[in-house]
Amino acid sequence: MNAVKFLFAAYVATWVIHIFYISTIVRRLSRLRQQLKELSRGK
Amino acid sequence: MKRLFPILSIVTVILLAYALYLALVVAPTDALQGDVYRIIYYHVPSAWTAFLLFFINFVASVRYLARSKPSTETAAKWIAIAIGVVGFIAPFLPPVRKLIPAGMEPGAVATTIVLIPVLYFVVGKLFPGDRLDVLAVTSAEVGVVFCTIVLVTGPLWARPVWGIWWAPGDIRLTSTLVMWLIYVSYLLLRRFSSSAQTQMLAAALAVFGALDVPLVYLSIWFFRTQHPQPVIGGGGTMDPRMLHVLLFSWMAFLLFGFLVCWSRFRLELLRREVEQAHAMESLAGAGVSSATSLPLSRSTR
Repeated sequence: MNAVKFLFAAYVATWVIHIFYISTIVRRLSRLRQQLKELSRGK
Repeated sequence: MKRLFPILSIVTVILLAYALYLALVVAPTDALQGDVYRIIYYHVPSAWTAFLLFFINFVASVRYLARSKPSTETAAKWIAIAIGVVGFIAPFLPPVRKLIPAGMEPGAVATTIVLIPVLYFVVGKLFPGDRLDVLAVTSAEVGVVFCTIVLVTGPLWARPVWGIWWAPGDIRLTSTLVMWLIYVSYLLLRRFSSSAQTQMLAAALAVFGALDVPLVYLSIWFFRTQHPQPVIGGGGTMDPRMLHVLLFSWMAFLLFGFLVCWSRFRLELLRREVEQAHAMESLAGAGVSSATSLPLSRSTR
């Protein structure tokens, strides 16, 4: 029964890492889009 | 193309959910390890995806380095063809066959080697010019994410099964950690170096770093390690129901990895576009200031 905790932890850790990474991509994308918009407005 | 991404995202979510169902409900329980063995359905597909991404990074880096001169590009093209031809024939020759570890199929070795020239030409066709470098950074970063998962889920599996979190000195574990460190250093080099040669340096580092990838893969074939021996590919036996779930899970993670790479690729293109726009703006600013200062300097003369 105790071993199932490790199984649960491994699955949760996998998705935490993936979701964290995807969120950094989304954040960086939106920041860059904002910067590009500001640059085109400046022209 | 804009519609394809959301469609593929929905398909991936369904596949991943079904893979989770297969892994937790359908796959039979292991007689020795019990349910904890089910970590295999996340650990192994993540490792295979990381290997594939580092392999793509290697091919893109070689092509990027080769394109510096037309003669180097031609030489690299013929070397890739030669690797393909030799790799297709050699594993079936008796002297070479003796060198292949017991249980490893010569056909599987030949297919893997033939993938090098195939990928070399496909990558060159699909990613011309600087896009090769964009592909290299994308595959390295996503590969590091998958490799991190391998290094996190591995100890979580080892603790209940081996009684230890990590086996110091185990060649599979150590070489995987070294591989992770190499690609992290690759990403750090790209992030913090401001030299004009950064892309070239990173590509060279990637070529040498890729040498660790076959070592990681083959370590369990050539050495007796704490890490289990291969369970598929002729190296061992696995219940066909477990194998089916494992391959399905890998397919789902491959598609997921492809979508993450796609997003990261778009991000890198946008980053370069913004960088270029900033450079143009500062150039235009410098142009304006020199244009306004020119008549003044003339008048002072």
